[in-house]
Amino acid sequence: MFTKKQLFTKGILAVAPHMFSVIPFGIVCGAIGIELGFSPIMVYAISIIIFGGASQIVFLQLLSGGASTLIAVTSVGVINSRHLLYGAVLSEYLEKLSFIKKLLISYIVVDQGFAESNKFFQKNKNQPYLHYHLIGTGSTLWIFWQLSTLSGIILGSFVPEELGLKFAVPLTFIAIVVQDFKKLDHVIVMITCGLSSLLFFDAPYKSYIIISPIIALFVAALVLRLKK
Amino acid sequence: MTWLSIIIAGIITYFTRMTMVALVDRDLLGEKIKAVLAYVPSAVFPAIIFPGIFINDYGTFIEMNDPKIFGAIVAILVGYFSKNVIATILSGLSSYWVIIFLL
Repeated sequence: MFTKKQLFTKGILAVAPHMFSVIPFGIVCGAIGIELGFSPIMVYAISIIIFGGASQIVFLQLLSGGASTLIAVTSVGVINSRHLLYGAVLSEYLEKLSFIKKLLISYIVVDQGFAESNKFFQKNKNQPYLHYHLIGTGSTLWIFWQLSTLSGIILGSFVPEELGLKFAVPLTFIAIVVQDFKKLDHVIVMITCGLSSLLFFDAPYKSYIIISPIIALFVAALVLRLKK
Repeated sequence: MTWLSIIIAGIITYFTRMTMVALVDRDLLGEKIKAVLAYVPSAVFPAIIFPGIFINDYGTFIEMNDPKIFGAIVAILVGYFSKNVIATILSGLSSYWVIIFLL
């Protein structure tokens, strides 16, 4: 049995290594916003109001490129629709929370936090207060995201583009899935998703980011059927 | 107008996070769907990984000798054997930098 505080701490520690990618990416996000000509207050407000890495960049790029607000907003919704899948997975562990707590905790469900907390939940299904782990991962990501986008806003064009800091993003997700390379069923699902994302990359509203997981989950269902 | 669109985008994003946690009763999901959901990380994250490696800032495919491919391979090998997130990220980034700055 872990105490609430232990779970919270474990969450922080589980997600802390990902800051090596969150911080550079946050700086890039803030710097791009300024470079595109948006006011610092607006760029920073987006980090709080939308709080969704890549979707923030896409949103500002579309607006500055003259796209309609409808297209920009739709794209953000489509890119972030993957959270529906995270919520569906996490709901098993958050079922017992009160409605208000569910509403509050939802705000801090982010990719890396979901990934690390989900790994922990799978191994510790019967623990009470599991949501403290998710609060640990989510709030750590939130704080570092705010600080790093703010730094990007201040540093602005001082961040050298040649560094290719955005490359840290695929690397952080490689670190998340790489241990599942041992499992053939997971490898099949990953390759399906990856190839689909390249195939559908030009689909409207960046919808490859939800189309390819849906295709991959259908393949996962097939794999499950074959395993029986 | 921009502020309004930021707020709407924020509300929509919040709903993507909140709907399945707070509004949908988990019992509505059948056992089969729950079993498939175990694959969510493997089914979602490659859609961030693959384009992040193989497609450049201009939306076109990279060359097969692009340093990002080398960086990704190093990261996969280091990550697989070290099981360490920091080592995975830093090995990928530094091998990428070695190629673009030194070679």
